[in-house]
Amino acid sequence: MTDSYTKAVNSGFTKTLAKKLGLPRPAILRRFRAGDPLTVGPVLVVADDASMGDADTLAKELLGWGLDVRRQPTDDTRWGAVLLVLTETKRPTDVSSAVLATGSVLRRLATNGRVVTLSRAAADGDAPALAAARNGVDGFLRSLAKELRAGATGNGIVLTDGVAVNGTSVLATLRFFLSARSAYVDGQLLPVGPADADLPADWDRPLAGKVAVVTGAARGIGAAIAKTLARDGATVVCVDVPAAGEGLARTANAVGGTALQLDVTADDAGRRILEHARTRHGSLDVVVHNAGILRDKLLANMKPAQWDSVVAVNLEAQLRINEQLLGSGVEGLRIVSLASTSGIAGNKGQTNYGFSKAGVIGHTRATAPWAAAHGGTANAVAPGFIETEMTASIPFATREVARRLNSLQQGGRPADVAEAIVFLASPASAGVNGQVLRVCGQNLVGR
Amino acid sequence: MATRKPSDGSSRSASGTPARAANPHAPAGVRDAVIVGGNRIPFSRAGRKYADASNQEMFTAALEGLVARFGLQGERIGEVVGGAVLKHSRDFNLIRESVLGSSLSPQTPAFDLQQACATGLEAAITVANKIRLGQIESGIAGGTDTVSDAPVAVSEGLRRALLDASHAKTLQARLKAFAKVRPSDLKPLTPATDEPRTGLSMGEHQAITTARWGISRAAQDEVALASHQHLAAAWDAGFFDDLVTPFRGLTRDDNLRADTSTEKLAKLKPVFGRGLAEPAEPTMTAGNSTPLTDGASTVLLASAAWAAERDLPVLARLVDAETAAVDFVHGHDGLLMAPVHAVPRLLARNGLALDDFDFFEIHEAFASTVLTTLAAWEDADYCKAELGLDAPLGSVDRERLNVNGSSLAAGHPFAATGGRILATAAKLVAAKAAETGKPARALISICAAGGLGATAVVESV
Repeated sequence: MTDSYTKAVNSGFTKTLAKKLGLPRPAILRRFRAGDPLTVGPVLVVADDASMGDADTLAKELLGWGLDVRRQPTDDTRWGAVLLVLTETKRPTDVSSAVLATGSVLRRLATNGRVVTLSRAAADGDAPALAAARNGVDGFLRSLAKELRAGATGNGIVLTDGVAVNGTSVLATLRFFLSARSAYVDGQLLPVGPADADLPADWDRPLAGKVAVVTGAARGIGAAIAKTLARDGATVVCVDVPAAGEGLARTANAVGGTALQLDVTADDAGRRILEHARTRHGSLDVVVHNAGILRDKLLANMKPAQWDSVVAVNLEAQLRINEQLLGSGVEGLRIVSLASTSGIAGNKGQTNYGFSKAGVIGHTRATAPWAAAHGGTANAVAPGFIETEMTASIPFATREVARRLNSLQQGGRPADVAEAIVFLASPASAGVNGQVLRVCGQNLVGR
Repeated sequence: MATRKPSDGSSRSASGTPARAANPHAPAGVRDAVIVGGNRIPFSRAGRKYADASNQEMFTAALEGLVARFGLQGERIGEVVGGAVLKHSRDFNLIRESVLGSSLSPQTPAFDLQQACATGLEAAITVANKIRLGQIESGIAGGTDTVSDAPVAVSEGLRRALLDASHAKTLQARLKAFAKVRPSDLKPLTPATDEPRTGLSMGEHQAITTARWGISRAAQDEVALASHQHLAAAWDAGFFDDLVTPFRGLTRDDNLRADTSTEKLAKLKPVFGRGLAEPAEPTMTAGNSTPLTDGASTVLLASAAWAAERDLPVLARLVDAETAAVDFVHGHDGLLMAPVHAVPRLLARNGLALDDFDFFEIHEAFASTVLTTLAAWEDADYCKAELGLDAPLGSVDRERLNVNGSSLAAGHPFAATGGRILATAAKLVAAKAAETGKPARALISICAAGGLGATAVVESV
């Protein structure tokens, strides 16, 4: 599971050698640790003229987080982050100075630095010039993220439905993108709307008092999700098939939660999950549909069991559980499903898996309004190449290619996926609904 | 709210006074001990998956699964009680060491207890009694055994020499001590489960009893077949989803043969009773006797208040228990007939008859043990002469007997069997009561080496 190449080019003699040879040098990504500073250096806030008011508002919020906030690009510091505010841009020509100001500090962007754009979504009825300016940010950000080096990432917040720039979910998303929690999220634009929610009293424990269920929690990404949910304050119900019970018990005991041995494809899985959460822990606030299986085969060679089992576990089980939970009137439920970049870009030998994961994206969008009617949300996370036991079994050459084909030139960790899930599951993210957040280091394929 | 503080395992219930027991036959001042649930690892035939697993590893694994199921991390349990029949001398604190290796609070006290094959049930009786008396609020009972990792001892001659040498003060004295060792002393002693007073194995003892009661081969094979079929059906129905946690990659009891049949069982050659005098025929085979098995089990018991405070489920109450022993050495009773004596006393004390039970969990040491037990309770002469009853105790409805299989199919890691049976019985009565809306009751009977037996009554709450 270790990426020895990334280790080698970042230490000792092999580091020097790699530099001299001009080899690609993926950075050691900074991951979240409680107590570490939010950013690696000062934050520059720039805006076009029309958006200056919003930029001032955001700068004040950042100051409130204890950040070193500056408004002028200077070359006397290593910048921790650049916040590019384009929320009130009217025409494509408006953005020039702010964009170029951003460019002027990129050479002095610190290792693991951040660039975050804030803009508004193009909407029906927008004047063509306004729509052009707003949609332009999309292409700008995705290109910029590919230019960033040394573990720096670029992500965008796209405001929808007239949400204020200091709306709860806007700030929660901004903090996520600025922080080490989003280490492997790169080149993503996340639509964020208004939210009837408060910012957490303690940013390190946004899930305090919440009860979360994670399926497929025995190992890998599921175990990491359980640990991250618990770290952020949630009580975690760990679910996996009875046959995986040994690892499940290990996860549950590591996070101080409970183990529920249950096949998610069981007809009554949703009801049993709800009963367990309510009787043992008093409520159910978050469900993470992580359980998933692979049965790779070219379609020409696909056996019915290989197709059907993947669809049953990866897709039908999520649908049935959601129906049972929402149908039981669970209020404020946060649903986060595991999609995959295979469901976005496709993958040879994975017609079944790709179908199931694209299906997850489909049902997430369709479930979102239903969840919202009960005060909840439904979102998905699409991991790219993640270093797990599963990907460790991919043949060496294929694995090397797969893990380098992204802007960060490395695979992500299970914890990176877990951080994105915890962000979406947190109360302050109520304004993010029906979205698919990719955790892929800006994989070269797909959006 | 979900999180809770690790609690004081010995604190009284909120009211400060123990609640009165629901059982009208319970002594005054005694409250209920309830069964919250259980956890075991799949049982495995000796020398297979757990070949190099120690008792401590297996019991710790069973404990960890229980902790995970009920969210007991950091909890100070009132007492953990359990044991092993085959035990290394280094395992003098086996249960406490297992607790220290678990996610329970290290302030959880524990002790080892041993009553041969009744160890697990005796541990539960002990824990339940402490709870009933208000000495503890919660307790875990269980047991573990490995035949694969059994202790091997040195011969008596070598042991004596080693001890003398360690006490010797001079090199000469030390050499003198070792000089006494004879080549034959170097042969290791493997553990034997033969009865020390008769030199007969348990199987040979039971073969005598089987012959005396005239239990047929076909009847024994029928019991064995039912055990496998019932256990397989229970696994398929998910009955063990919340009773078992896999260990070392094993997810089901590997002695279980779902595909066995009357024909297959009939083909097996008898292994016990081959030396019996005519006209007795040997009838006990590897198919209708339990195999040597490795495994561990645990059961969580508590006061009703303790369980309620933690939002834990309650399956049943451990109502009462009775142990007995028979004089198999000089008397004429069979080695494994002690439960036959214990049950009438247990029923009389609780005002119950066999008909009052929905389930009978009779440990299948051998198929014929179950059958001789049933036959004895139906036999007027035996009941009068040996049990002092005016009439036969009665018949056990075979439809209610070991409905989810027992030791013939699951295997029998000696000390772990009690926990397996108790958790199964508790879940059965809970489900029955939920289904019918009426109280349900189970009778547990476990025979043990040394002419011992332990029995208990479990009732839904």
